[in-house]
Amino acid sequence: MVAVAWSMTKKRRRRSVILAVLAFVAAAGLLAWGTSPLFVLLATTLALVSAPLVAARVSMSRQSRQEWKGWLFADGVRTVDRRTALRLFGVAAVFGSVSQVVPKALNSLLLQEAPPGTDQLPQRARTRQWTMIIDLRRCDGCQSIGLPPQCTTACIEGHFTPEPMQWIEVFEHELPGDGTRFIPTPCQQCQNPPCVNVCPVGATFSAPEGPVLIDQDRCIGCRICMAACPYDRRFFNWGDPPVPPEALLAEYDLELQVPARKGTVMKCDFCPDMVRSGTLPYCIQACPHRAVYYGDLEEDLATNGRELVSITRYLANNDAFRLKEELGTQPRVYYIPGHGEDVGRDPTSTGHLPIRWPWTRLAEGSARWSR
Amino acid sequence: MESMTSWRERLEETTLEPARTTTRNYYVVVGVLLAVIAWALFAYYVQLRDGLVVTGLRDRISWGLYITMFVFFIGISHAGTLISAILRVANATWRTPVTRMAEFITAVALMTGALFVVVDLGRPDRFLLVIAHGRWQSPIVWDVVAVTTYLTASLLYLYLPMIPDLAFFRDRLGGKVARWRSGLYRLLAINWKGTDTQKSQLHSSISIMMILIIPIAVSVHTVVSWIFAMTLREAWNSAIFGFFFVAGAIFSGIATLIIMMALLRRVYRLEEFLTEKHFQYLGFLMAAMAGVMLYANISEYVTAGFKFEEGSEFIFRQLFVAEFAPYFWFYLIGGLIIPILLMSIPRMRTISGIVSAAVLVDLAMWVERYFIVVTGLRAPLLPYEPANYAPTWVEWSITAGGFAFFALLVTLFVKVFPIMAVYEMVEEQDVRAAARLPASGEAVT
Repeated sequence: MVAVAWSMTKKRRRRSVILAVLAFVAAAGLLAWGTSPLFVLLATTLALVSAPLVAARVSMSRQSRQEWKGWLFADGVRTVDRRTALRLFGVAAVFGSVSQVVPKALNSLLLQEAPPGTDQLPQRARTRQWTMIIDLRRCDGCQSIGLPPQCTTACIEGHFTPEPMQWIEVFEHELPGDGTRFIPTPCQQCQNPPCVNVCPVGATFSAPEGPVLIDQDRCIGCRICMAACPYDRRFFNWGDPPVPPEALLAEYDLELQVPARKGTVMKCDFCPDMVRSGTLPYCIQACPHRAVYYGDLEEDLATNGRELVSITRYLANNDAFRLKEELGTQPRVYYIPGHGEDVGRDPTSTGHLPIRWPWTRLAEGSARWSR
Repeated sequence: MESMTSWRERLEETTLEPARTTTRNYYVVVGVLLAVIAWALFAYYVQLRDGLVVTGLRDRISWGLYITMFVFFIGISHAGTLISAILRVANATWRTPVTRMAEFITAVALMTGALFVVVDLGRPDRFLLVIAHGRWQSPIVWDVVAVTTYLTASLLYLYLPMIPDLAFFRDRLGGKVARWRSGLYRLLAINWKGTDTQKSQLHSSISIMMILIIPIAVSVHTVVSWIFAMTLREAWNSAIFGFFFVAGAIFSGIATLIIMMALLRRVYRLEEFLTEKHFQYLGFLMAAMAGVMLYANISEYVTAGFKFEEGSEFIFRQLFVAEFAPYFWFYLIGGLIIPILLMSIPRMRTISGIVSAAVLVDLAMWVERYFIVVTGLRAPLLPYEPANYAPTWVEWSITAGGFAFFALLVTLFVKVFPIMAVYEMVEEQDVRAAARLPASGEAVT
C-alpha cells in the first residue's frame, strides 16, 4: 500500500484522499442508520485499503490495459482498469444492499402484518384480549361432589358437542412423588397457533379478540391442524354428527359451531357469543369450586362469577404457568399450580367419573364413534 | 453394417410388438385390475356416504393408510427423475433403454399419489377451495403446488423425448390400428420429420427440461415431508426430514423401476435391450441409496436417542421394541441391509436376485411410510392412553384399488405408447458405431 502511495502522482494522491473521505462519510452514514459497529469497522478498513488502489488503477489503466492476471501478479504498481473498479463497486453494492436492505425489509414486513380478516369484523372502541385462568388449587376433578367434571359436562350440554368430543377435557397429570392433579384443558387459544399456521384454506383463524375459530363451511377436512395441535384439542366429525332437533333448522354460525358438519374439525371456541352478551362460558358457570376465571387482558380484569381479579397481578402473585410454554405457542389460557388442595383434595385420590353425552339421545340415528 | 441394420430392425419390431398384438392374458390382467378398482370404488362410495367413520382413523391417529399411499406413490414417482434427468445430466448412456419406463412410472405414480390426498379428505367436495382460498403459509398448499408442477413437468418430460418415437409409430402403425390411435399418433407427433431444425429444437427443449425437473422433483418430496416436519410432533421434529424423504423417494423409485423392467422384459421379450447389466447398474444405485438411507436413519436416531429428551422414550420404545418393532426392523434389515448384502455378493447379482432385492425395498419403503405416519401421531401429547389404529376393510380396499389403478395405467400406457426410447437408442448406437465401440444393447457407460 505504501509502495502504491509513493508511486502515485499528486493528482492520484488527491483522488485517493477524496475516496477515503467518502468511505468515512459512508461508514458514518451506515452507523447512523443503525448498523452494527463491527460491520462499519470492516467496511471502513476495506474502503481505506482499497481507496488508493482504486485511485491508482483508474488513471493508470489508460497507459497500460492489463488483464486481471496482470493486476494480481504484476510487479511493482498494481493497476486495475475501469471495468474492474466497477466490478469491485458492484460487489460492494451487492454486499451492502443484501446485508442491509434485506433484513430491514423483512423486519418491516413482519412487523406490519395485520391479523387476517380484521377489516371484515365489526370494529369496537376496544379490542378485547380474552384470557382464561384456571386455578388448579381449586380443581378436584369434581371428586368432592361425586359427579363427572362439570366443566366438560356443561360444555357438552351447552354446545351440543358430539360424542366423544370433550372441548374442555380434564386430564390427570402425575405429580412428582405420589399422586396426581387434574388439569382441565380447553383449546389454549394460542397467540401463535400452529393449527392456524398450517391450514391450507384459512378455515381456522385467529379472531381479533383472541379466540381461534373454525369456519366449518370452509374446512376441507384434511386434518393437518389436528396433527399440528400440540394439545390434542381438535376433534373431527368422522361421521354424520348428532344434531339436536332444536338446531336442525338453525342457520350455521361459526361462533356456535351449530349445526355440526360431517367431515370437518371442531373445537373449543372460547364462547365469543356468550361473553359478548355479558355471560361467562358454560365451563366457568358450571364449576362448583369457581376455579376458572375469564376476562380481558387489555382491561386487566377477570372474573370467576363471584370475584374480580387483576389478571396480571393474579398471574404474578400465584406463579402462573402455561402448558408446553417451550413450544412458543403462547396460549391465552393460564394455570395456577395446585392439585385441589384448597377444596380439600388428597392428591392420591385418583380418577374422575366418566363423561356422558346425554343430549345425543335426542338425535336419533346419528353416527357414533370412539376417541 | 449388416448386423447394425438388423439390430435396429429388431429394436423397432420389439417396440412395435406390444402396440400391434394383444394377447388374451392382457385382457385378463386388465379385467382383474378393473375388478379391483371397481371394488375400491364401491368402498369409496361407502366412505362418501357414511364419512370417514368407516375407516380406522380417529381423532388421535387421524392419518393412516391413505396418507401412507400418498407419500409412497409420490415417492416412487422420483424414479423418472433419477433415471431420465440425473443420469442424463451425468451422461450415463446405459440408461437410454429404461428411460421411457421410468418416465411412465413418474407420471402414473404422481396421479395415483395425488388421488389419495383427495381420498383422505373429510370434504372432497370442497377440494377446489384449496385453489380458491389457498394460503401460501400452509404446507398442504406447498404440496399442491409442488405436485401439480411436478406432474406437468414430468408429463412434458415424458412427451418431449417421445415425439420422434410417436412419429415412428405414426409412420409404421398409421392405418393399421384403430382410427383413434392413428389419429392420436399423428396428433402427438406434431409433424415430426426428423429435420435438423426439429432435432436441434428437440435437443434444446430436452436439455432445459432435464435441468429444470431436478429441483422440482427434490422440492416435491421435501414439501411432502414438511407436512409432517412442520408440526409440533416429537417424532417428526427433524431438520433431516426433507432430505430423508427425497432419498427414500429415489430409493423406492429405483426399486419400482427394477420390478417393472423385469415384468415388461419378460412379457414383451426385451431381453436383448434390457440386459443383466441394466439391472446390475440400477441394483448398484439402489444399494447406494440404501446406504444413504441407513446413514440418514443413524443420524436421526442417534442424535435423538443420545439426548433422550422427554417424549423420546415413548417413540423409541414403540419403534424399537414394542408395537411397531416388527415393521421397523423389517424395514431396517429387510429393506436396507439385505439389499446391500445381495448387491455385494457377485453370485446374487442375477436378475432374479436384484428383483428380489427390489421387492424387499418396495415393501420396506411402504412399511416405513406407514410407521412414520402412524408412530408420529400415536405418541400422546397429554396424559392419555395412546390410541391405536387398525385400518378397516374400506381402507384396505381403497389401498388395493390404488395399486390396481397404478398398474392399470401402466398397462394401458404400455399398449399405446412406445415402451423404449427407440430414437435415442438408435442415435446413440450410431455414435457408438462411428466410434467403433461394441454394438448392441450391451450397456456401455
